[in-house]
Amino acid sequence: MAYALQQLINGISLGMIYGLIAVGYTMVYGIIGMINFAHGDVFMVGAFIALITALLLTAGGVLAGPAGILVMLLAAMAVTALYGWTAERVAYRPLRGSFRLAPLITAIGLSIVLQNFVQVSQGARPKPTGTLLPGGWEVMRQDGFVVQFAYTQMLIIGITLAVLAVFTVLVTRTPLGRAMRACEQDRKMAALLGIDTDRTISLTFVIGAALAAVAGTMYLLRYGVIDFYIGFLAGVKAFTAAVLGGIGSLPGAVLGGLLIGLIETFWSAYFSVQYKDVAAFSILVLTLIFLPTGLLGRQEVEKV
Amino acid sequence: MSPIRSPEGTPASPGGVNRTGKASPAAAVKDAALAALVAFGLFAMMVGLRTEIGPEGALVLRQRWGDVAILCLLVFLGRLVLSLWLGRRRIAASTAPGRWTARLQQAGRLFAPAMLAVALTLPAITQGDRYLLDLGILVLTYVMLGWGLNIVVGLAGLLDLGYVAFYGIGAYAYALLATEFGFSFWLGLPVAGILAAFWGVLLGFPVLRLRGDYLAIVTLAFGEIIRVVLLNWVSLTGGPDGISGIPRPSFFGLPFTMSGGEGSFAGTFGLEPSPSHRVIFLYYLILGLALLTNWVTIRLRRQPLGRAWEALREDEIACRALGINVTITKLSAFAIGAMFGGFAGAFFATRQAFISPESFTFIESAIILAIVVLGGLGSQVGVAIAALVMIGGFEIFRDLGEYRMLVFGGAMVVIMVLRPRGLVGTRTPSIALGQKRAISGELVGEGHG
Repeated sequence: MAYALQQLINGISLGMIYGLIAVGYTMVYGIIGMINFAHGDVFMVGAFIALITALLLTAGGVLAGPAGILVMLLAAMAVTALYGWTAERVAYRPLRGSFRLAPLITAIGLSIVLQNFVQVSQGARPKPTGTLLPGGWEVMRQDGFVVQFAYTQMLIIGITLAVLAVFTVLVTRTPLGRAMRACEQDRKMAALLGIDTDRTISLTFVIGAALAAVAGTMYLLRYGVIDFYIGFLAGVKAFTAAVLGGIGSLPGAVLGGLLIGLIETFWSAYFSVQYKDVAAFSILVLTLIFLPTGLLGRQEVEKV
Repeated sequence: MSPIRSPEGTPASPGGVNRTGKASPAAAVKDAALAALVAFGLFAMMVGLRTEIGPEGALVLRQRWGDVAILCLLVFLGRLVLSLWLGRRRIAASTAPGRWTARLQQAGRLFAPAMLAVALTLPAITQGDRYLLDLGILVLTYVMLGWGLNIVVGLAGLLDLGYVAFYGIGAYAYALLATEFGFSFWLGLPVAGILAAFWGVLLGFPVLRLRGDYLAIVTLAFGEIIRVVLLNWVSLTGGPDGISGIPRPSFFGLPFTMSGGEGSFAGTFGLEPSPSHRVIFLYYLILGLALLTNWVTIRLRRQPLGRAWEALREDEIACRALGINVTITKLSAFAIGAMFGGFAGAFFATRQAFISPESFTFIESAIILAIVVLGGLGSQVGVAIAALVMIGGFEIFRDLGEYRMLVFGGAMVVIMVLRPRGLVGTRTPSIALGQKRAISGELVGEGHG
């Protein structure tokens, strides 16, 4: 019981990270119908920026508590957003309206570029930071097993919920959100009605990258070690989450992320750690066979 | 394409193209300065501050502002040159076949036989130069993989991101058969191919209903599952240590030994024993396998099955309406594509004599897919050229060391942006009504692929 509760806490906090990345995938897929393959690597860049900011703060002797983490978060979001914007501008915009595989190939190329850029500029070795935020709240104790709700996990859940709330307001209540939803429905019509679609798409990438940066910062705080390769697996799993939740659906992405996080955690806890990725991917395959539109997705109409 | 600056003052990026076509020098400088500013934002932290493990084991930052300045200057100059020089000739990413393509198509008739002639005589041209022959074997392996994947992606239009799984299955199948059961190469090769084809069908079944990007991600997941299983099923595959001591191929039963005695290749033909014999034999082996792939593809394209693949690629709904069995068509594409992947894998195993899951990562799938797409989806010559450019280019830049993959990824992006339809950029069905014409990007962008 206590063990399961601990896994539940771990699973939810991991799932929140996946959910944040998945939102970026689902947004971009919704608006321009492509898999932004480099999104996982944007997440990795976010984690690195957060790490560098943390080291800068430590060097300045001002890393203390919430303020330091807030600065890390903001710096990571700002710089990573710039990466997302540049990626769209350089690799995707020239191919707008081209055939479908072209942006997928540039996305794969961009993913290779980002990974190797970080490897060259920051070194290939993993970066251990140690715990930046130790401790936690002891939930319960049973037969000598302590269930701990770590402060980092609280932080992850709290910040993710806050960010998602802001994001939901942004999408549903603001002119930008309206423009984004219009582009998603019919880009040509939206353009005819005076929406700057290029700008809207750019901003979609910027927001997606900023959310990935939040996820990257959370990842760094929680796991305390990052390297240039973390983006690939996290990216694939987040995409799995987006598909599971129904691609194009924002609540679906978060729900999918949570489910993937929980499945992965419980699988590692009760079956085998080695095959946890297989579990996550099998879920993806099963979902697509039996529920091709995902949990909250819309049925796509086949048109000739 | 957007105006160079949106009303909010978002700066133009490096690589974007000025729509108006003409740039006054002052505007170009301003534009380049903005690009440099963006570059500074990108590089200031990532390049300027390098995290390193310090003497006490904690992470420290090393400052490298000189590198940042150089990078920003490069971006500034690059952007300036782009907008002043290329900005005049407005280079829009065209999806229609360009002049170059038409010329290449004309030359193509001569080009393919010329390439084949060079490939056939390469060992003579290089006079047994070990390095060049090894490079030739590597390029041909990718040509073969490209042609194999071309059946799935180029002809049948099924986007497969996990092709490397079949390559790996073929390699492991041959390695296990050879080391555990003593299968010879010529017996192991077809078995490896059949096993890979079997797995192709097995993967094909669940994904029959999926299309486009969903298919891509499921095949990617499948590739990863295979790799994870290879990595963790230690009792069968040896886990991360892989399988070593895989028997080298013999010349139809005559081994390549250095002693040159009775019953060896050199002894039987009365030659001086030389290590290059085996390399030359391997070279012709992969050339033969690649040509077999090519020949089967070309033949199949003229048969109902190949026609059905191409019809499926162009329009799945129309295919169904015409009574084509979509299930059989898709599964056969997966199976035949996978079979050639399996052949290539068996060859890889016997050439390396050692395999491990390291060789079958996603990046391999991505490289093979990039070769197919850059080759122009469905063009046999294009795939060969793309493999030569990508793999050969990768070897030429060997001196770049750790920057090599960076250049490789960058090249993928740049080639795709400049030539989205691939190097040989047309997709003409083998059979079409009336005049033969290229299909433009507008027509094929409707999501069948």
